[in-house]
Amino acid sequence: MPQRAEIRARADALRARFEAAGAVRVETSVLQPAEVLLDLYGEDIRARAYVTSDALRGEQMLRPDFTVPVVQMHMEHGAEPARYTYTGEVFRRQEDDAARPNEYTQVGFEIFARQAPADADAEVFALIRDALSPLDLRAATGDIGILKAAVQGLETTEPRKRALARHIWRPRRFRALLERYSGRAPVPPSRAALLADGDPLARAAPLIGLRSKAEVAARIAALREDAAATPISAVQVDLIDAILDVRETLPYALERLRDIAVDMPAITEAVFCLQDRIEALDKRGVDVGALEFEGSYGRTQMEYYDGFVFGFYAGTRPDLPPVATGGRYDALTRVLGQGREIPAVGGVIRPGLLLRLEDLA
Amino acid sequence: MSVKLGVPSKGRLMEKTFDWFGARGIGLARSGSEREYAGAVEGVEGVELVLLSAGEIPRELAAGRIHLGVTGTDLVREKLGQWEQRVAVLAELGFGQADLIIAVPQCWVDVDTLDDLDAAAAAFRAEHGFRLRIATKYHRLVRDFLRENGVADYQLVDSQGATEGTVKNLTAEAVADITSTGETLRANHLKLLADGLVLRSQATLYRSRSAPMEGPDREVMAALEARLGVEG
Repeated sequence: MPQRAEIRARADALRARFEAAGAVRVETSVLQPAEVLLDLYGEDIRARAYVTSDALRGEQMLRPDFTVPVVQMHMEHGAEPARYTYTGEVFRRQEDDAARPNEYTQVGFEIFARQAPADADAEVFALIRDALSPLDLRAATGDIGILKAAVQGLETTEPRKRALARHIWRPRRFRALLERYSGRAPVPPSRAALLADGDPLARAAPLIGLRSKAEVAARIAALREDAAATPISAVQVDLIDAILDVRETLPYALERLRDIAVDMPAITEAVFCLQDRIEALDKRGVDVGALEFEGSYGRTQMEYYDGFVFGFYAGTRPDLPPVATGGRYDALTRVLGQGREIPAVGGVIRPGLLLRLEDLA
Repeated sequence: MSVKLGVPSKGRLMEKTFDWFGARGIGLARSGSEREYAGAVEGVEGVELVLLSAGEIPRELAAGRIHLGVTGTDLVREKLGQWEQRVAVLAELGFGQADLIIAVPQCWVDVDTLDDLDAAAAAFRAEHGFRLRIATKYHRLVRDFLRENGVADYQLVDSQGATEGTVKNLTAEAVADITSTGETLRANHLKLLADGLVLRSQATLYRSRSAPMEGPDREVMAALEARLGVEG
């Protein structure tokens, strides 16, 4: 295992590379207000982050990542365009695998820019790839933007699209919703009984709690509307599956997605974005012919990535977490920007893992 | 040294545990006054009875301060990460059955499944500006369960007692709690979700995987296990 001093030295060297690429060095607090992270990630973040509290400020979290505080900082007083780099410890609760560290160093690089998103994607990817060479790592890429566009393009009601878009990052619930909206899964008996009842609220039990009778009535109305909606066609479900099943090198993946776009024109724009990115990567000397693309990559990670996503893995050590990960998170700047937004992309490297793999090599 | 057996220090759980051991020829009893948390063991040599709160027994087992302990499945799963690596199940004792369930107000006629709960939570957050509150003391178990089932837009609020009352008191919208008959839920105008069973729990005899044992202790443990008819 590499020593802390070694890890810190490597982290500084990596950060120097990012500074050389024009990034401004920033620092963030270790203690983050829990509320922001909880609102963003929901209760799940409690399983991944350490929570502490005091009687004055309430709940605080030990920084589980840098992206959120860096975005907040930029949205408050950042000039545009901007690029940032940082290094420091992040803290992750590990309750299922004692072998995984609960504290480790990250070095990150983030670009906030309105122009040339494909080039920014490619620059982040190429910078991180170069920083990881000469280690022979497997790179995986994906694009959540294509899946989002596909959901928006479904011929179905807006509430169904909203529900599916909300669960893109929860594959199991996404699947269950798709099955039901397409009529493949049976309507639960309790739902059928509710819909058959002319006035389900008539015999309702005493009203208790904050959720009002009007809210219950509104949902029943929404359920009735949903029951009357035409099922999502088998063809469209197959197209979503086809996108999720894409697993090719980039040029073939692009070809495959273009074919899918013929039947699902809604993803055309997103597929053009992918094409621009491939060209930008190629220009930066990335061997795109050998780079993998997975249609479902990034779906089980943190919810904020909504476009390009990537990760670098040790092929010989599938038990280890990725050495570097990153992606585009335009929507996160909107959520944290209080009315403002800016396209953003970035990535982080774990120097501790990098050193460990170099020792093994 | 001796083999330490941790048993809940009061109530039905203690009495039933004493009965269970008694039926297998091992007499357990509180020694001294009602208020003293010490015990006596008859019928087997080298075993020491330690009376503890049921909630503390998982921690004591994991720390190796007791060799054996009787507590609920729910408490072990909630309090110990990687519980299988820290304790071994010797026997399920057949009492103290209770289910950890998720319940919502009966007046929510539109909510019967986790799918409904998820949809109601999304609408609730949009309407009220905060995530739907579920009161519980089983944070880890409930959170894991809801994550596995893809439920979002909820928050867990801590409730260490009288959890069923939280909805009426407007401190939560739903609850996740232990129930054996559902009586308390019904009395508080709550209902179970059809697919909201998080865990079936019962009183269980666990063996610590880390408690140190010297030579004679191992013999005591083997003799005890043979007497109880359980596999170490």
